[in-house]
Amino acid sequence: MSDLKPYTSVSGRSKIVSDKKITWVERLYLPAILKGMTITLSHLLKHKATIRYPETKREFSEIYRGQHVLKRDDEGRERCTACGLCAVACPAEAITMVAEERKPGEENLYREEKYAKIYEINMLRCIFCGLCEEACPKEAIFLTPRIVNADYHRDRFIYGKDILVESMDNRVDVTKRQTPEVLAFKKEKNRKHND
Amino acid sequence: MEYQFILYKATLSIAILTVSLLIAMYSTLAERKLAAFFQDRLGPDRAGPFGLLQPLADGIKLFYKEEFMPASANKFLYILGPSLTMLVALLTSAVIPWGNSLIINGHEFSLQVADINIGILYVFAVVSVGVYGIMIGGWASNNKYALLGAIRAASQMISYELAMGLSIIAVVMMSGTLSIQKIVDQQAGFNWNVWYQPLGFVIFLVCALAETNRAPFDLPECETELVGGYHTEYSSMKLGFYLFAEYINMFISAAIISCLYFGGYHFPFESMLPVSHNILTIIGVLILFLKITFFGFVFMWIRWTLPRFRYDQLMKLGWKKLIPLAIFNMVITGFVIRLLH
Repeated sequence: MSDLKPYTSVSGRSKIVSDKKITWVERLYLPAILKGMTITLSHLLKHKATIRYPETKREFSEIYRGQHVLKRDDEGRERCTACGLCAVACPAEAITMVAEERKPGEENLYREEKYAKIYEINMLRCIFCGLCEEACPKEAIFLTPRIVNADYHRDRFIYGKDILVESMDNRVDVTKRQTPEVLAFKKEKNRKHND
Repeated sequence: MEYQFILYKATLSIAILTVSLLIAMYSTLAERKLAAFFQDRLGPDRAGPFGLLQPLADGIKLFYKEEFMPASANKFLYILGPSLTMLVALLTSAVIPWGNSLIINGHEFSLQVADINIGILYVFAVVSVGVYGIMIGGWASNNKYALLGAIRAASQMISYELAMGLSIIAVVMMSGTLSIQKIVDQQAGFNWNVWYQPLGFVIFLVCALAETNRAPFDLPECETELVGGYHTEYSSMKLGFYLFAEYINMFISAAIISCLYFGGYHFPFESMLPVSHNILTIIGVLILFLKITFFGFVFMWIRWTLPRFRYDQLMKLGWKKLIPLAIFNMVITGFVIRLLH
């Protein structure tokens, strides 16, 4: 690299600016104008960058971090045990919850002995960082490739369990983000997140 | 015959007005589409197939906008401004020969509303009045940005009219007539004026851009400095008239360029086509509109390529470059004509 001249650019695209007097031909401007017009003309038939939104949608990443889901297990029981680790991990303090003890006869509703009676995420506070998902020891909360819808009222952005908990007949697929590698990573005790 | 003649002229005028307005309407869409395509976008495509109903939607929108008038505006002049601009824009089309003639029942009908023998002078006179519409509108708004835009428009149009006139004089010297119909007929076949007057054509094209207030000479409505220029205070259909007049002017300018330099409705090898007079006329009209479309495209192409001039550059180009060039062109033309005769 030492043999490079002082003003040589690495990409080779930079141009050295000089203040030399422009020649008579350059002062005519017509060649330059024609050159510019050929450039715009070449763009006329180029591929257009526009995506016609409602008809075609931009492809999401399979592990896009959008609206959260509170998962149920295969028997339809809520996985969340209201430990509060997600709320602690949340840098935006968007998550609040109220825990409740599971009563006898509710074993088909909640997997653990303690569950979240109220679980709320303020979607206006949430920064969709995914730390709640990373902190969750019960594999209960996940972010999904769904966009949080716009609304006219700010209070409607506080999503409760009615929106967050998945329904059994319309389950949310999180297998793409819950790969064996991810599970192994979460179980590693020498990592900082398991301190 | 007299009755028939009046009826025919009335029909022709109405047809030309309708066509001018329709073309202006779709020029707005073409402009937006081309702008988008030049910038790798798609442009309006929601209203109707390929956005073809977009001009209609825009028109309806303008009609429903609030009709606002500044309290301190001069009411009469404020309304006169856009009306005058629109009127003047539509007047020019009267002397343009849209085609040769149609022969119906042995009578010959010219496809030109008025073949006056001072056709070019008429165009000039009318175009010069056009600046009043902008000037009056800008002044009557009682707004400094509007006034500045109007002053710019006035000085720009006066400056570029000179060079435009001088470049046309060379054409007039060559053809020896001021009638546009005769100038067009002298260019029959491929004998176009542009081959003899390339410099004059370039000067005329630049001046036509300046006269229609289009980029790179759109200083009168320079958004970055003057909010909206002379139409800052206008809203609703009055604004619509100003914007619409620009597109009509563009259409007419393209038509005049086609007529003066590119043979109007004439096209190469037309005398060899084995068709009747009327059919040939219709083909000629289509050819003229093809040429007009091409120049309309060039106008838009230039607009979306070149940045706006600075005001002193604009004046320098007009007075110090184009006028001497046009005079030079005129003198050379004179010499050559003298030598050939």
